[in-house]
Amino acid sequence: MLLKQTPSQTIGPFFSYGLTPKQAGYNKLSSLASSSLVTESTIGAQIRIEGTIFDGVGDIVSDAMVEIWQADSQGRYQNQPSLEGIGSSFLNFGRCDTGANDQNKFVFETVKPGQISTKTAPHINLVIFMRGLLSHVFTRIYFPDEKNSNLLDETLLTIPAYRQETLVAKKLSGESTPIYEFNIHLQGEKETVFFDA
Amino acid sequence: MRKSQFNMRDWKSHPKYLTPSYKSTVLRSPTKPLIPMKQTLSEITGPVYGHDSINPLDNDLTKNGITDGREPLGERIVVSGKVLDEGGRSQPNTLIEIWQCNSAGRYIHVNDQHDAPIDPNFFGGGRCMTDENGHYKFYTIKPAAYPWGNHVNAWRPAHIHFSLFGPAYVTRLVTQSYFPGDPLLDLDPIFMSTPKSSQGLLIKEFSMDLTEEGFALGYKFDFILRGPNATPMET
Repeated sequence: MLLKQTPSQTIGPFFSYGLTPKQAGYNKLSSLASSSLVTESTIGAQIRIEGTIFDGVGDIVSDAMVEIWQADSQGRYQNQPSLEGIGSSFLNFGRCDTGANDQNKFVFETVKPGQISTKTAPHINLVIFMRGLLSHVFTRIYFPDEKNSNLLDETLLTIPAYRQETLVAKKLSGESTPIYEFNIHLQGEKETVFFDA
Repeated sequence: MRKSQFNMRDWKSHPKYLTPSYKSTVLRSPTKPLIPMKQTLSEITGPVYGHDSINPLDNDLTKNGITDGREPLGERIVVSGKVLDEGGRSQPNTLIEIWQCNSAGRYIHVNDQHDAPIDPNFFGGGRCMTDENGHYKFYTIKPAAYPWGNHVNAWRPAHIHFSLFGPAYVTRLVTQSYFPGDPLLDLDPIFMSTPKSSQGLLIKEFSMDLTEEGFALGYKFDFILRGPNATPMET
C-alpha cells in the first residue's frame, strides 16, 4: 500500500526572491542555480538556448520559472550511478526566471548535450512552473541538426508526427555562439508536447 | 547498469490543470493530454546539492532578513517534518526551498502591490537540506492571509510555498502548505483544486511536541514524493 503523493500547487507569481534571487535582483539569499551551466573547464560546444512562453491568446508569460536538466557534451549526468565521485566541470542543472529580462525570455548558456544511449537523441529536459499551472509540466528540447538520431529517439517516436516538431528547436544564424530558439505554446494549434514523465 | 523507474504522478492526488474557478488556469493549462513517457536516464537522475550549499541562517527566516537589528514582527513558528517517498522511505539530503509573505500578508516581491506593510526585518525566503533521516526544520513568522484579484473579495488562506527536488528529475515537487482550521481554505480555488481525498496532505498539523517553550508554536508537515517502482530500467 503506497502513501498518497503530496499534491502539487502552483508556484504563484512571487517565487523569484526565494528561487531565483540573484537573477531577480534580491541579495538576501545566495542563488543555488543560475541560467549558465558552463564553467571555465567545461568541455564541448557552447550554445545558447532561448525561448518565449506563450499563453492561450499568445500573450508572453513573464512570471514563469524554467528549469533545465541535461547531460554534458559526453552524454553524462553528474549523479549517474556509474559516475559517482567524478567531479563535474559542467552543471547539468539550470534555472531561469522569465521575469528577469526585458523580453521575458528564458535564456540558458550551456553546451550541446551528448547522447545518453543509442536509443536517445541529444536532448534537454525542461520543467516549467508558473502562476496558473497547478502542477508543473515536463517537456524536452531536441536539435534540428540531429535529424538522424532524432529519427531513432524512443521518446520522439511515441509522439504523433505532426506534434514532434513542437519539440525541435530552431537554429538562429549569425552569432559566434550558436543560438537555438525553443518557444513554448501552452495551448492551441502549436501546443507544445508535455509529458507525463 | 540497472536502476528503477519512478511511479507516475498520481493524478488522483494532484490538481487538474484546468480549474476554471482559478482564473489563471484558463489560458495557461495544456489542452491536449500529456504524453506518457518511458523514463530514461534523464528522468531518473536529478540535481544533487550538498549541505555546503546552505548557509547557517538559511533555515531561520526569523533572523535571515534582519536589516535594522530588530526581529521581524509577528508570531514565531517552527515548521518541521519528514520527507518520505510513497513507500515510506526517508529521503535524506534533499533540498527544500521556501518562500512566503510576512505577518501582514505582504510579499517582499516587487510585483506585490497589496496595501499592507513591508517588514524591513523579514525577507521571507529560505532553504534547508533534510538530514540523514529525512527530517527538516524551519523557523519563521506565521504568514497572513492576503487579497488577490481572482474574484470579488478573494483572499488566499495563509500559506508557505515549498519547493523540493527529491532523488530525481521526476520527483520534483512545488506545493503550498496551509494552516489547520483556516476558514478561507474552503473558499480558495487553489486549495480546492486539489482532489478532496488529498486536501488534508496540504494542511500542517499543530504540534505541542514541536512547540518550543517561551519561543514559538510548532507545526508538523510531511512530504510524500514519488517513489521507485519495481520496473528496472535497462540501459
